[in-house]
Amino acid sequence: MNSIAALEQQIVEDFELFDEWEEKYQYIIDLGQKLKPLATEYKIDDNKIKGCQSSVWLHAYNVADKIFFEADSDSTFVKGEIALLINVLSGQPAEEIISTELGFVDRIGLRQHMAQTRANGLAAMIKQMKLYALGFQHKTV
Amino acid sequence: MSTTDKNISAFDVAQVRKDFPILDEKAYGKPLIYFDNAATSQKPQVVIDAISNYYSHYNANIHRGVHFLSQKASNAFDDVRFKVKHFLNSRSEREIIFVRGTTEAINLVASTYGRQHVHAGDEVLITAMEHHSNIVPWQLLCEEKGAKLKVIPMNDAGELMMDEIDFLITDKTKIISVVHTSNSLGTINPVKEIIAKAHAKGIPVFVDGAQSTVHSVIDVQDLDCDFFAFSAHKMLGPTGIGCLYGKAELLEQMPPYMGGGEMISSVSFEKTTFNEIPFKFEAGTPNIADVIALGTAIDYLMQMDRTGALAHEHELLNYSMHHLSKIDGVRLIGTALNKASVVSFVLKDINAFDAGMYLDTKGIAVRTGHHCTEPIMTRLNIPGTIRASFLFYNTFEEIDVLVENVAKAIAFLKPQHA
Repeated sequence: MNSIAALEQQIVEDFELFDEWEEKYQYIIDLGQKLKPLATEYKIDDNKIKGCQSSVWLHAYNVADKIFFEADSDSTFVKGEIALLINVLSGQPAEEIISTELGFVDRIGLRQHMAQTRANGLAAMIKQMKLYALGFQHKTV
Repeated sequence: MSTTDKNISAFDVAQVRKDFPILDEKAYGKPLIYFDNAATSQKPQVVIDAISNYYSHYNANIHRGVHFLSQKASNAFDDVRFKVKHFLNSRSEREIIFVRGTTEAINLVASTYGRQHVHAGDEVLITAMEHHSNIVPWQLLCEEKGAKLKVIPMNDAGELMMDEIDFLITDKTKIISVVHTSNSLGTINPVKEIIAKAHAKGIPVFVDGAQSTVHSVIDVQDLDCDFFAFSAHKMLGPTGIGCLYGKAELLEQMPPYMGGGEMISSVSFEKTTFNEIPFKFEAGTPNIADVIALGTAIDYLMQMDRTGALAHEHELLNYSMHHLSKIDGVRLIGTALNKASVVSFVLKDINAFDAGMYLDTKGIAVRTGHHCTEPIMTRLNIPGTIRASFLFYNTFEEIDVLVENVAKAIAFLKPQHA
């Protein structure tokens, strides 16, 4: 398993191929369409992160000290963002997830589009992933 | 008249567009198509200049200085109250209160008139298509007083069910607050009829004119509404300023909203006496620059070919509804007979936010979501809509680009397993 920093660097390099916002959008939609759907048993209100524009369902589990994430959204674009986050964070040790700053969100130019749609769920989702990691860390310590 | 013909009216859109510098901007290198006018309108150069002229040439606090600048600023500020009086056709400039916007106007009336007249067991009546800002202040009031908030329902087309009103207005109803034009559906409500029914039972009516003020000619005496509010930024003026109209006899009876300078007549530690209306409701140094720019926006609207502008907006609405509804997978939301130039729609199996972002990549500014009217979306059983809202400076050609890209968005975003 690569480190969070290495996985982030890979995403940044992938996005360097795109000059236009339109191309980034299309790539993220493509990732969203390919994301494995979350099993219906996990698409429950307890797992729901409600945003202004879309809803996200986030399920987390641990195997030893590694935390794994699965998620879904009613928005394909948000699913694409989820795919990026899962790619970077899922399977990482709890303490790495808690301490990471996820610089790629800024570096690939996603932050400006997050701001324009106050809560498409992404910011709330990052926070929730860190909270899960914190919860599992305390359980396993 | 065909709904598909272009340029029926003699209204000169190309000339009008020159007054709005932002319309020449690009978004991601593409010509900006601004269809988010229900959120806020763009500003003509004269309004932008009015703000900068004020700060460049006669910025001073008003109504207290003895000096040249203060006199000049005070005169410019005071003139605007007369302009608003003329614009809304109120009886007196004393009936015009400057506020931050429609939201503040509603809160002001709920906190003053509402607190004075609504008691335990009473009722406040609103409609199913209110913006959150015409729900929450009344909800807070009702919770505080132990009163009940009742709602006039709407049908599937997004029209109020007027037959229900006679049953909903009771002896306990103390105030009715209705949106004139719906921000998410465009429906123009029959407020005059509602006001007549309410007045027959001695109940005052507040009209939320946030959307209607730019899309129609407002005459508060003809409507006979007791309160009317609008926000400058939705009718070519700056943000942070708006007006509350209230009948003088009601305003005079109401307690002040906020305490501070300007709203007092005399102050001692034992007792304060309050200023006359409208000043009783205007505590503190007002938003002088934006009031003056609001005056300029009113001048602009009143001097332009308003009849032509409104006819053009109506044609834009018909043209967009006609062409959008022809696309397979588009369902129009809000098909009232009497509509302002707002078109809301959903796409089959496609998330509104995803489609809105697709349009954004093409330089088209729309809004997606519940538009601060969650109860409407719950009533229609949809999570949200894509909303394109037009103003007189929009063109048929811009709508063609929207229509073309909505079709492309559907093709691009449709679920792959379908």
